Amino acid sequence: MKLPLFLRGLRVRLLVAFALVAAVSALTTGGLAFREARIAVLQQSQDDVIKRFREHVNALAHRLSYPPDQQGLATFAAEVARSEPSQNWRVLATYGDLSATSAPNDSFAELTPALRDAVGSRRAAVFQRVSHNGVSSLVVGLPITFANSPGETPELSGMAVFLTISQVYEQDAVAALVGAVERATLPALAVAVLLALLAARGVLRPVRALRHATRSMAEGRLDTRLSVNGSDELADLSHAFNETAAALEESVAELRRMEARARRFAADVSHELRTPLAAMAAVTDVLDEEATVLGADTATAVGLISEETRRLTRLVNDLMEISRFDAGAADLHLDEIDLAESVQRTLASRAWSTEVGTDLPPPGVLRGQVDPRRLDVIVANLVGNALRHGEPPIRLRLYVRERPGAGPRAVIEVLDSGPGIPEDVLPHVFDRFYKSDAARTRTEGSGLGLAITAENVRLHGGGIVAGNRPEGGAVFTVEIPLLREGVLAGLPEGGEHDTP
Amino acid sequence: MPRVLLIEDDRAVREAVRFALRRQGHEVVAVATGEEGLSELRSFRPDVVVLDLMLPGMGGLEVCRRIRADSQVPLIMATARGDDVDVVVGLEAGADDYVIKPVQARVLEARIRAVLRRVGGAAAGEGIPRFETYGGLTIDRSGLTVTCAGRPVALAPSELRLLLTLSASPGQVFSRQQLLEAVWEHSYHGDARLVDACVKRLRTKMGEPPGQPRYVQTVRGFGYRFMVK
Repeated sequence: MKLPLFLRGLRVRLLVAFALVAAVSALTTGGLAFREARIAVLQQSQDDVIKRFREHVNALAHRLSYPPDQQGLATFAAEVARSEPSQNWRVLATYGDLSATSAPNDSFAELTPALRDAVGSRRAAVFQRVSHNGVSSLVVGLPITFANSPGETPELSGMAVFLTISQVYEQDAVAALVGAVERATLPALAVAVLLALLAARGVLRPVRALRHATRSMAEGRLDTRLSVNGSDELADLSHAFNETAAALEESVAELRRMEARARRFAADVSHELRTPLAAMAAVTDVLDEEATVLGADTATAVGLISEETRRLTRLVNDLMEISRFDAGAADLHLDEIDLAESVQRTLASRAWSTEVGTDLPPPGVLRGQVDPRRLDVIVANLVGNALRHGEPPIRLRLYVRERPGAGPRAVIEVLDSGPGIPEDVLPHVFDRFYKSDAARTRTEGSGLGLAITAENVRLHGGGIVAGNRPEGGAVFTVEIPLLREGVLAGLPEGGEHDTP
Repeated sequence: MPRVLLIEDDRAVREAVRFALRRQGHEVVAVATGEEGLSELRSFRPDVVVLDLMLPGMGGLEVCRRIRADSQVPLIMATARGDDVDVVVGLEAGADDYVIKPVQARVLEARIRAVLRRVGGAAAGEGIPRFETYGGLTIDRSGLTVTCAGRPVALAPSELRLLLTLSASPGQVFSRQQLLEAVWEHSYHGDARLVDACVKRLRTKMGEPPGQPRYVQTVRGFGYRFMVK
């Protein structure tokens, strides 16, 4: 069985421990004190009573005729009882079978046979505390002896006097003691709980701060630090946390610096390549036009330079594009367009319309917020990839898929009928410059096409997967959300105001 | 023969572009700085300016603003940056179009022709004024002049052609893609920010109150249309 969380908490545990300690110590101290006090109280009163009883009996015994008769016993008992100023003594005098009490018709029920026997066989005072009908009483028995001369062993007379005295006052005193202990325990418990809460606060506050700090670190705020108070173990812990956090922050910062340097280097390299390429690209058309009038060898060389310049331009442009994604500088310029029309335009502008079969929704049906240029890149790269690596027939399908809770999504599928993608290549198809086999190292693409495609899909908040069809051939599936939070932010100014 | 003023700081690019454009039959003056470009603008009186955004000294954006301060000459920016913000700022500073370097000669040539057509496009019905009036706005489709509240409005070629295209069918909604094809002769997937920046400049020049344009209206989710009468 597992305790609920709030019972397992440090605060509750501390609270319970403190309360238990307080209760145990209060009760133990109280109990011990009670016992000692009770013994002291009772002993005191008992000694006192026995002493006075013996004095009274000694003082009156000589008046008693021996052997006493019933009347004599009665008078003796009454006199002994009367000689006590507090007037609450009940006395019983016995001699053999005769017995008389100080008060008439007193049954003297408190007197036990054991006490009576003890008095009969001893020469000293015997006492017993009894509880009769809920009232505790002290019963003292005193045998009357003869002492003919000092130093001689006293002789039992066969007469005995018994005293019963109610111990209500002593009982009250003891009860008061118990009450005092009880009354002391409750405040002690309350103080213990208070102390426990204080202690828990002292422990929990740093613990809670540590928890918040850890969470904050996990959320990426690596500059989180704790304020260190005092010099206890928790302060040490906070200190250790701060050192760890500082070390982590430094490592992460160093990694980020290295990564940023690497990315900036790639961006700088492509940027630097652009200027000479700009000059070269401006004149490739001239080379193409003049190649026809050149000698065969020169024409071949010129054609190669022209073609490779274009390739290099594409590569550098793709590198720049990837650098922008890496730098987080790629923006979505959203516009609401007809996706089917966009796809058709992409195919038409590259003269692919006859090579690619399409399943598109009718015009005006599938409209959505996308970046038209990026959608063009996505479709063109996927179809271009299918044309290069797959085999005809190639199909492009566009439809809407409703995702519960995620809103409608446009799905673009590009299927080819080639050999498909080897299983070991599938996880890497969107990697940069990934070449699945040596024979393909010289393809028309830059090696960045699918990586750029994936980045463009992600920028739209969508997803892309590559797979193989059961019937053969590769399939690339792109999903792009059609409705977006805050799409208006992507629309140009004035959009909200002047719509009739 | 179109006269092209090329402002480009890199010597190799400048020479290559000048060479390529000359072969296409353009008369080209190529300069390396914005200051020289501004002085050539007055003496050479080009039909079109091709302006590099990254210039030493006076930057391309500043040159663009100074040109637009007193001239509506067709202006094409060339940017090597690929930095999206610069393109928008350049367009808002008044550029009619832009190309990303490295650019092939025939692409630049096509853009130059397109931007020049924007001015001479309605030359067919020359001489006969064809005035159309919409509220305080008067458009002369033949003389290619626009007056707003009696004041002539100096429009850059892209702005003028955008206004002529939209006002040819008042009330009809044009998507940004349609306008890119019709006004800029770009592909369907061109940069729609050209349209948005141009509409913004047009509204400013016609003195439209912010947020409540009377003539060129935004149709959310679709594009733009000219006022409904």
